[in-house]
Amino acid sequence: MFDFSVVTGWIDNFLTNTCGMAPWLTTTIECVLVAVCLLLMYTVLAMFYIMYERWVCAWFQCRRGPLRVGPWGLFQIFADVIKMLIKEVITLWGTDKFLHKLAPYFVIVASMLVFACLPWGKGLQAIDFNVGIFFMMAASSLGVVGILLAGWSSNSKYTLIGAMRSGAQMISYELSIGLAMLTIVCLAGTMSVNGLVEAQSDTWFIFKGHVPAFIAFVIYVIAATAETNRGPFDLPEAEHELTAGYHTEYSGIHFGFFYLAEYLNLFIVSGIAALLFLGGWQPLHVIGWDGFNAAMDYIPSSLWFLGKAIFVSFIIIWFKWSFPRVRIDQMLALEWRYLMPIGLVNLVVMAVLVSYKLYFGN
Amino acid sequence: MVLLAIGSSTLSVTAALTGVVLVAAALIIAGLLAPRSFTQKKGETYECGIPTRGDSMAQFHVGYYLFAILFLMFDVETVFLFPWAKVTRALGPAALPAAGTFLFILILGLAYAWKKGALRWK
Repeated sequence: MFDFSVVTGWIDNFLTNTCGMAPWLTTTIECVLVAVCLLLMYTVLAMFYIMYERWVCAWFQCRRGPLRVGPWGLFQIFADVIKMLIKEVITLWGTDKFLHKLAPYFVIVASMLVFACLPWGKGLQAIDFNVGIFFMMAASSLGVVGILLAGWSSNSKYTLIGAMRSGAQMISYELSIGLAMLTIVCLAGTMSVNGLVEAQSDTWFIFKGHVPAFIAFVIYVIAATAETNRGPFDLPEAEHELTAGYHTEYSGIHFGFFYLAEYLNLFIVSGIAALLFLGGWQPLHVIGWDGFNAAMDYIPSSLWFLGKAIFVSFIIIWFKWSFPRVRIDQMLALEWRYLMPIGLVNLVVMAVLVSYKLYFGN
Repeated sequence: MVLLAIGSSTLSVTAALTGVVLVAAALIIAGLLAPRSFTQKKGETYECGIPTRGDSMAQFHVGYYLFAILFLMFDVETVFLFPWAKVTRALGPAALPAAGTFLFILILGLAYAWKKGALRWK
């Protein structure tokens, strides 16, 4: 399988040895390169996801989806971006101007930080902390701050209610995400993203960990749906009650940032699900089937990761068209009375399983 | 990066700056492209289309506050659990009673909140 660290190593070697640059200059250039790659991936994936969601939604509703702009409606997204860019960014009376302008930064920076931690392929990963998965959880919770600021500073009752609902929902479901992550950290014995992926080289964690890993996966997917404010948990932006929720008073590209972050967060939670449960960029290996495993190794690692993330996103989009929107009391009851106790007990079961080495593989 | 000899902290600062640059650049482009006009009506709060009444930064349900406090408690517990989870494999069965006691107290706390009716949306 192709190792991307060959490429990055070559760039590093080229800058230091061939060009003979000072270490600080090399670091600066490499940081700029990483930033450009992140920016490109971020925007391209956001564009892809906006189209992807439309296509999947159209498919579920027996519609044809975007069709008019370009072949198969491919240029629709460019039309949308240009439309957003050439709209005026309005500053309203009575808004807290500083906080109103600050909110999109929080939302975008939070998703960018988590985005940079994802394992894109073999040797292709920007940030690799030894506490990687914990860092991801911490960074993603910054997004709540942005949403609360947006709702509070907008000087509108609907945005305030939307932001409060969103805040309550995101912090509640973050606990379940944390417990699902803990279950997997228990099984893996490492918190680094690279270590988690390497640990799944024989079998993915969802197969390795018997029933508890599967329960953790289900809990994670439900909590991730709520974390990204998507249907059936889209009550923060319930359009018939609150117009558009916390971003009602944003216009033009200012609204576009929330839109962008929402789709990127869908990709990020799917990517984390792929990383924790479905093996990250590791190909599908079945213990004992050597020929099959060798054939699977030919598929590039990046394709495996993207494929898994897109598959999980498909499930999350599917939820939206299968379940009606929940009420706030049902939403909180689901988390605190069901997912949270189940998650805690699940963690205990996993700890027993790991202590007595009852999992599959090594 | 895994191979490049840059620290993760430097790279996370880079990622955060990338986010800031993305927002700032898009705002500058929008500022150049977008038209600008000023009317009295434009600056009014949109809300749902009709003029708003009363103060907008109003009081809201206290229930949100209750759940925020509960979240704070359990989130700190999660932070305590992470180091334990990392070493479960290495420690083996001998460490189970201690961790079990901690988790039991945690579940007890949840049960108490439940019994008190804190988990019910009123």
